[in-house]
Amino acid sequence: MSRTRVVLTACVLAAGLAGFRTASAQGTIKVGVLHSLSGTMAISETTLKDTILMMVDDQNKKGGLLGKKLEAVVVDPASNWPLFAEKARQLLEKDQVAVVFGCWTSVSRKSVLPVFEKDNGLLFYPVQYEGEESSKNVIYTGAAPNQQAIPAVDYLMKDVGVKRWVLEGTDYVYPRTTNKILEAYLKAKGVKAEDISINYTPFGHSDWQTRVAAIKKFGSAGKKTAVVSTINGDANVPFYKELGNQKISAEDIPVVAFSVGEEELSGLDTKPLVGHLAAWNYFMSINTPANKTFIDRWHAYIKKPKRTTNDPMEAHYIGFNLWVKAVQKAGSTDVDKVLAALPGLEVPNLTGGMAKLLPNHHITKPVYIGEVRGDGQFDVVWKTTGTVPGDAWSDYLPGSKDIEADWVTLKCGNYNTKTKVCSGQSYK
Amino acid sequence: MRRLLSLLLAAVIVASPALGQSQDDGFLAAIGELREASFQDKERIVERLSESGHASARPVLAAWLDDRLYVRPRDQKIFIVKSTDDSLASFDLVDPVSLKDAGSGTRDDLTKIGTNNHLRRQLKIAVARFDLSSSDTNVRLAAVQQMLRALDEPSIALLRKRIGLETDAAVKAEIETGLALVALDDSDPKVRLDGIAVLAHRLRPDVRNRLASLLEKSADGSFTEGDAGVRKAAAAAVRTIDRRRALYSGVETLFFGLSLGSVLVLIAIGLAITFGVMGVINMAHGELMMLGAYTVYVVQLAMPNHIGASVLVAIPTAFLVAGVAGVVLERTIIRFLYGRPLETLLATFGVSLVLQQLVRSIFSANNRAVETPAWMSGTLQLNEALAITFNRLYIVIFTMIVFAVVLIVLKHTRLGLDIRAVSQNRAMARAMGVRSEWVDAMTFGLGSGIAGVAGVALSQLTNVGPNLGQSYIIDSFMVVVFGGVGNLWGTLIGGMSMGIVNKLLEPYAGAVLGKIFVLVALILFIQRRPRGLFPQVGRAAEAQ
Repeated sequence: MSRTRVVLTACVLAAGLAGFRTASAQGTIKVGVLHSLSGTMAISETTLKDTILMMVDDQNKKGGLLGKKLEAVVVDPASNWPLFAEKARQLLEKDQVAVVFGCWTSVSRKSVLPVFEKDNGLLFYPVQYEGEESSKNVIYTGAAPNQQAIPAVDYLMKDVGVKRWVLEGTDYVYPRTTNKILEAYLKAKGVKAEDISINYTPFGHSDWQTRVAAIKKFGSAGKKTAVVSTINGDANVPFYKELGNQKISAEDIPVVAFSVGEEELSGLDTKPLVGHLAAWNYFMSINTPANKTFIDRWHAYIKKPKRTTNDPMEAHYIGFNLWVKAVQKAGSTDVDKVLAALPGLEVPNLTGGMAKLLPNHHITKPVYIGEVRGDGQFDVVWKTTGTVPGDAWSDYLPGSKDIEADWVTLKCGNYNTKTKVCSGQSYK
Repeated sequence: MRRLLSLLLAAVIVASPALGQSQDDGFLAAIGELREASFQDKERIVERLSESGHASARPVLAAWLDDRLYVRPRDQKIFIVKSTDDSLASFDLVDPVSLKDAGSGTRDDLTKIGTNNHLRRQLKIAVARFDLSSSDTNVRLAAVQQMLRALDEPSIALLRKRIGLETDAAVKAEIETGLALVALDDSDPKVRLDGIAVLAHRLRPDVRNRLASLLEKSADGSFTEGDAGVRKAAAAAVRTIDRRRALYSGVETLFFGLSLGSVLVLIAIGLAITFGVMGVINMAHGELMMLGAYTVYVVQLAMPNHIGASVLVAIPTAFLVAGVAGVVLERTIIRFLYGRPLETLLATFGVSLVLQQLVRSIFSANNRAVETPAWMSGTLQLNEALAITFNRLYIVIFTMIVFAVVLIVLKHTRLGLDIRAVSQNRAMARAMGVRSEWVDAMTFGLGSGIAGVAGVALSQLTNVGPNLGQSYIIDSFMVVVFGGVGNLWGTLIGGMSMGIVNKLLEPYAGAVLGKIFVLVALILFIQRRPRGLFPQVGRAAEAQ
């Protein structure tokens, strides 16, 4: 074999390989991941990015989807809300992804909504949120208020006998909307206005002396008092510390939190928090075979045996499996076909029961109340029997009582049952 | 009634040896049921244990309350563990009946017997009933206070018995409160009046609510309290209690203001030196505080067994760390930019971003958990209506000490003399032989070091994370500008008054609006007096 021949063969082989490579690149299904990897939200969102990468990895090991490999496209919107919209456009228009898993804060979701609706994309949103929204292009796998806040209040009212309520929140859209719903709900249950105290503090508030003293005073009126906390992120640590310092124990005035999970507790001294409550749809400590497998797989994937799992991770687990199932059912990754296939599909939860996608693009979820343990995990003290269907539009707010979301028969995200009008806009 | 009697027996009689064997069996059986008990079952078991009269009842209940009661699934035996320290590889086990050592076990061998809020409350009261006969006055006091939170028949009976034996005045007063509360339910109006007479001198909110409930009307319009004399006495007592509580609540607000004020002063003293005395706009001041806070974290990592001392060790360490960082900053960047405030501002802002990213790279973007030493947590209970948290109290004291030290350094040391000379008239100072460059570096180092010390205090109040500095930098500039640039006393008065005004407004306006009001007021004030509360006077100051 002459030298020229060798070179030629090599060239042909190389060309063949290159050709094969492009062919395989055309044969992948792109999965967009839109989570902040830097900035203030990076702490929470990086975990979710890793969850999706793990799920993609696992799916590829099972042989991919529709005979093709999945390929994750990760972008970093850097906790910057307008950048979320820009990165979403990049994913949908330039990378042509079949589906996007992403967003954490409500403001980032609101920022990408117009992009997803214009480009007809598909977004799976994994975090508990304030509701009052249902878009054709978004699947909400986190809890709506009736799947977290309302059951938690029910538990405190019926099982703990709470008569007086402090609604304490950080000053932004999620706490304000949630507290508005809770206030209406409590009043509907016969709680008097003087037995409800609502207060907001800025992001990162650290001087809790006055607030905690006020809570103490409010709670000393002779009726059992509880705090419903929508305090966000960092501000929780000095809040719980001050509760401990002013000797308010969970037995006297329990605090039930909607934004404090295993991930948040992993960075702090949990001794003063023991006995306080959190309401979620998933706890790492829930002992089921599926959950154990998931935790073991997560530890093996992330290579850190002490990492925690949390509620939004489970939401992504459910969302990813729903999408895979819908694609298999539709036989295509085309967004319209997948959206048509999605409603009615069921996938298992990690903690037992099935998550079913409803026509309003929300899912059914079990609700758990957990008490904080000394080791930063939760003991489940209460759970709903069966699952609770997510309600996009709260039944307790005057403006949204009559509004319904149904993408199967009505084809509308905010259909007013009184005026029989679909406002045409799928988000507010 | 049977329960009550047996409980009395339990409290008074120590288990006699003749009863021993059968009692042990019953006790063991009750504990044994814990293995599969639901929370309701557990509540019944707590009652059975506390009525058993067994000598080990209190240790078992106390261990359970502290999460030290475990079951070994292998042989279904229940054990008390001596310590639940997570760092231990194995637990030392104690037999719950004999209270003798029973070997050791690893964490994987054992399953904790859990509690919930309701059960913990019950356990606390059960333990308190045993503690009522403790020889330690403080234990007895805590026990009575615990029992008063939920008075029931057995507790009342125990308190009645105890009051005759009690010698300590404080404990006796607490028991009297409890019995007076019970007396309000008596059918004899005279007993009720006596009860009110005792309660009128108390400040507790539950006492006040109970008295106020005597004045309420029931659904049919008649008073719940039938006797007019009793109602009159109760109304007078409620008025007295309300008046005194209002006074103490005012004192409390004042203290909150002082404590917020001292945090403001503490974060501003360093800046008062670098910005006030040297005129350098140091945007990295917040990050120097952050360095101080991270120093506490590192010191605690280095001495995990001496958390109590770690904060004290961290104070000089943080001063050195932040001080050296400050000197390096001054020598490498700021000295080239004297007299160019805009460039200094931009350069130090850049430095602040670099420092933030540095700690992100070293310690990760997550907040770090800094432990609060035991001596800094809890409250100083001045009376029933007024309690001051220790951490805030120490920070007020600490601020005063730091302020005094800085004042002494500036007024009574050679370095202070040089600093004042250079800041007042650089050219003249140089002519007199002061090494002005060295003084600049030292002044900046001093200001930065104090920022580090402020960081130590902040680590006890807020989250230690890369953004710690950013959340305080604006506040510290505000205090210095308000107090008057270049005047330490102005910083003290300015910071304290801002803290107090903020805390006075907060209950009415909320935390967000309260802060806005303070800012608006500050802007208006600066409009009228651009040089702050205590402007520098003299030709040098006018010329700046």
